[in-house]
Amino acid sequence: MTDIALPQHHEHEHPSGITRWLFTTNHKDIGTLYLLFSVSMLFIGGSFAMVVRAELFQPGLQFVNPHFFNQMTTMHALVMIFGAVMPAFVGLANWMIPMMIGAPDMALPRLNNWSFWLLPFAFTLLLSTLFMPGGAPSGGWTMYPPLVLQTGMAFPFLIFAVHLMGISSVMGAINVITTVFNMRAPGMTYTKLPLFVWTWVITAFLLIAAMPVLAGAVTMLLTDKFFGTSFFNAAGGGDPVMFQHVFWFFGHPEVYIMILPAFGIVSQIVPTFARKPLFGYISMIYAVASIAFLSFIVWAHHMFTVGMPLAGELFFMYSTVLIAVPTGVKVFNWVATMWRGSMTFETPMLWALCFIILFSIGGFSGLMLGLAPADFQYQDTYFVVAHFHYVLVTGAVFAIIGGVYFWLPKWTGRMYNERLGKLHFWLSTLSVNLLFFPQHFLGLAGMPRRIPDYAVQYAEWNMLSSIGAFVFGASQLIFLYTVIRAMSGHGEKASGQVWEGAHGLEWTLPSPPPYHSFTEAPKVP
Amino acid sequence: METKLSRQARTLAMALAMALAAALASGMARADFALNLTEGVTSISREAYRLHMLALWLCVVIAIVVFGAMAWSMYHHRKSRGAVPATFHDNTRVEIIWTIVPFLILVALAIPATQALIAMDDTSNADLTIKITGQQWRWRYDYVNEDIGFVSNLDDKSAAAAKFGSGIDPSTVEHYLLNVDKPVVVPVGKKVRFLLNASDVIHSWWIPDLGFKKDAIPGFVNEIWARVDKPGTYRGQCTELCGVGHGFMPIVLIAMNEPDYLAWVAQQRAAAAKTKEGSDRVWTREELLAKGEEVYTKTCAACHLPTGEGIPGVFKALKGSTVVKGPVAAHIDRVMNGKAGTAMPPFAAQLGDAEIAAVITHERNAWGNAVGDMVQPAQIKAARK
Repeated sequence: MTDIALPQHHEHEHPSGITRWLFTTNHKDIGTLYLLFSVSMLFIGGSFAMVVRAELFQPGLQFVNPHFFNQMTTMHALVMIFGAVMPAFVGLANWMIPMMIGAPDMALPRLNNWSFWLLPFAFTLLLSTLFMPGGAPSGGWTMYPPLVLQTGMAFPFLIFAVHLMGISSVMGAINVITTVFNMRAPGMTYTKLPLFVWTWVITAFLLIAAMPVLAGAVTMLLTDKFFGTSFFNAAGGGDPVMFQHVFWFFGHPEVYIMILPAFGIVSQIVPTFARKPLFGYISMIYAVASIAFLSFIVWAHHMFTVGMPLAGELFFMYSTVLIAVPTGVKVFNWVATMWRGSMTFETPMLWALCFIILFSIGGFSGLMLGLAPADFQYQDTYFVVAHFHYVLVTGAVFAIIGGVYFWLPKWTGRMYNERLGKLHFWLSTLSVNLLFFPQHFLGLAGMPRRIPDYAVQYAEWNMLSSIGAFVFGASQLIFLYTVIRAMSGHGEKASGQVWEGAHGLEWTLPSPPPYHSFTEAPKVP
Repeated sequence: METKLSRQARTLAMALAMALAAALASGMARADFALNLTEGVTSISREAYRLHMLALWLCVVIAIVVFGAMAWSMYHHRKSRGAVPATFHDNTRVEIIWTIVPFLILVALAIPATQALIAMDDTSNADLTIKITGQQWRWRYDYVNEDIGFVSNLDDKSAAAAKFGSGIDPSTVEHYLLNVDKPVVVPVGKKVRFLLNASDVIHSWWIPDLGFKKDAIPGFVNEIWARVDKPGTYRGQCTELCGVGHGFMPIVLIAMNEPDYLAWVAQQRAAAAKTKEGSDRVWTREELLAKGEEVYTKTCAACHLPTGEGIPGVFKALKGSTVVKGPVAAHIDRVMNGKAGTAMPPFAAQLGDAEIAAVITHERNAWGNAVGDMVQPAQIKAARK
C-alpha cells in the first residue's frame, strides 16, 4: 500500500448537517431516520385515536361531527399501519440485520436512501388532505367501493400516497432479501441466522407478493373514479365484492407483515434474559414460514358476511383456524425457552413477556373470529376492534418498544433509565388493557365499529376504554423522553456486550458501533 | 429526584383512581356493563352462542395452562432465586405433542361450526320473503307477494338528540339510536327469508338476537333466513361503514303472533291505499311545504344539512344551487334518478309521489331559494312513466 495518489475512500467520509441525512446511504443513519419517522407518525396517528376516544367518551356528539369522526378513524389506521408500524420494522431491520449477519452495510444503500425518502412525501400527500375542502378520506382504511368513491378532493391524494408507500415497502423488502442472501459473513449459515433476520426475510417475501396487489386494487379504484371504468361498479358490470377479495389478498399477508418481525424481536429478547438458548429454533423458522404461507389462503375470513357460497366459507374457516397451530408452536417455544432458565426482568424482557401474554389473547379472539357462524355475530363490532388492537398494539407495537429498549444501548452507547423504562412499561400495560379489554364486551353486547355515537347501554365500557386510551397515549411521552435522553448522550455508558445473556455478532461490536459495522468479515462462532 | 417521581406517580395513580370511580359511579347509575353475546331467539343465534361459549372456554383453559406455566417459570426460574440456566434447546417429542393437540382441538371446534354453517345456508321452504334494501342511511323493507313496502328511518327523538352539540342528554331518549319510525314486522314461528340488496354503498343488516349479519351490496342479492321463536322487539344496527350516517341507521324488528301479524298486514295495506290516494289529489302549497320539510329532515338533511349548505367538496349545497333554482324538470330528474358517480342516490323507489313533490317544493322555497313555484304529486306520477 502506498500513501500517495489514492482517491479518498468514500466510506471514510462523514457528511455533516442536513446533507448527512438527505444523502445518507448508511444503514444506521437510514435506520435512525425510519425510527424517528415512525415515532412521529405514532404520535400523529395516536392523536387521531385520542380524538376518536374523546368523542366516544360518552354518548351524544360532543367534540366532532360524524364526517370528521370518520376521517379520524380512517386516518388513524392508515397512519399507524403504513406510517408507524411498518417503517419501525424497516428501521429495526436496517439497524440490526447488517450487524447481526456480519456485513458492513445493506446490499443496496442508494435504494435504501430512496425507499426511506419516499415516505415523507407519501405522508405529506396523505396528511395534507386534512386541510382540503371535504376533508381527509373517511371511507375507512379498507377503502371499500362504492363508499370510497364518494371521497372528495382527497381521493387521488389517498391513492398516490398508497402507491408511494407500496413502492417504499417493496424496495425495503428487496434490500433485506439481497442483503441476507449475499452479505452474510463466512460461516453465517442459514441455520445460524438470528431469528429476527429469519422473520424479516420471510416478511420481505410477503411484502413483495402483497404490496403490488394493493397497488393494483387502488389503481382500479382510481380509474373507476376518474376514467369511467367499472371494475367495482355493479351498474357497469363490475363487482364491488371483487375489491374486497383483492384488498384482503393483500390485507391478510399485511397483518403478518406487521407481526412476523415482532416474533423475531421477542425471539431475540427472551433467550437473552432467560440466559438460555431459544427453544426449538428450527421449528420456529418452520412455524413462521407456515404462517406466511397460510396468510395467502385465508383472506376471505375478513368477509364472511358478504355472502360467499357455503364451500367458500368452509374453506376459509378451516384454513383460518389452522393458523392457530404454528402460532401455538411459537408461544410454546417461548415458554419452553423461559423454562429452567435464569431470568431477570429488565425493561425489554418485561415488554417481551407482556407481548407473549397479550398477543396470545389477541390470538384467542382471532381463533373465535375464525369460526364463521360465530363471526356472523362478531364481524364489524368492537370485538373485532379489540382483537386487532391486541395483536397490533400489544403485539406489534409492544415488540417494537421492547426491541428499542433492547437495542438502544447498542445504538447510542448509553443505558436508558431503567426506572423510567419500567414506569413506562407498567403504565402502558395497565392502561392498554383498560383501553382494549372492555371493547370485547362492547362488541359482544352489540356495538358496531366505526360509529361516532352509540346507544346508552354501551356508555360505561366506552368511558373506561377512553380513560385507558388517554393514559396509554400520555404514557408514551415517557418513552419519547427516555429515548431522547439516551440519544443525546445522557445516562450510564453501555458496554459492547450490554446484556449479560446476549449472544450474536451485534454484541461483539462496541456500543455505539462504528459507522460501518463490519469492514472485515467477523469470525462466526 | 426519586421522591419527586414517586410523588408524581402517586398523584397520577390517585387521579386515575378517582376518574375510574367517577366513571363507575355514573355507570352504576345507568347500570349495564353487559359482558356477553346474547343467546337470541332463533336456532341460528343459539348455535352461534353455543359455538362462541365453547370456543371461549377452550381459550380460557388453554390460557390458564400456558400462562400458568409462564408464571410458574417466572417465579421459580429467576436469577434472583439462584436459578442456574439449563442448556436444552429442543425436544422432538414435546414439539410433536404441542403441534398435534392444538390440531385436534381445532377439529373439535370445526365440527359444530360446520354443522351450524350448513344449517344457516338452507333458505329453502320459506313461509315469507322480505326484501331489504340498504340506502344511505335508512332501510327499505318490501314484503314480496304482500304488496307492502316502506322505509324505516331513525326515530325523530334520537335524531334530534344525536345532532352535533344538541345539548339533549341521550340517556333521556328511550332506545337512543336503536329506535325507528317504522319497524319491520314478522310472524313468530314462521321461516322468514330475507333478501338483501343496497342502492348506493355497502351496508350490513344485523340484529344480534337473530344471530347473524349479512351485507347488503349494490348489484348483489344476498339471502339469509330466521325463524323467531318469541314475540318481542329486537334491535340492531347497520354494521358496515356507509358514510356519515352509518351510526344512525338502526334496525328494529317486531315479532308478532300470527293473528297480530295478519292484522298488521291489513293495516299496512289500508295505509298504502291512503298514500296512493294522496298522490292522486291536488295539494295546496302549505301542505306541500309542511310535508316537504318533514321529508327533507328525514331523508336529505344528513348530507345536505338542515341549512341546505351541504359539506363543501363532499355533498353539494342546495342553498343557491343551480339545479334547485333552475328548471323544475331537471330538479325532479335529479331527485328521482340521482346523479351517477356521486353520493346522490335515486329516490324514485324510496319515496312516494307526494313525498317527492313535497320535498322538491320545499327545496325550491327554503333557505332563500325562493323560486316560488310548486310541484304536484301528479307531475311525479307522470315522470315515473
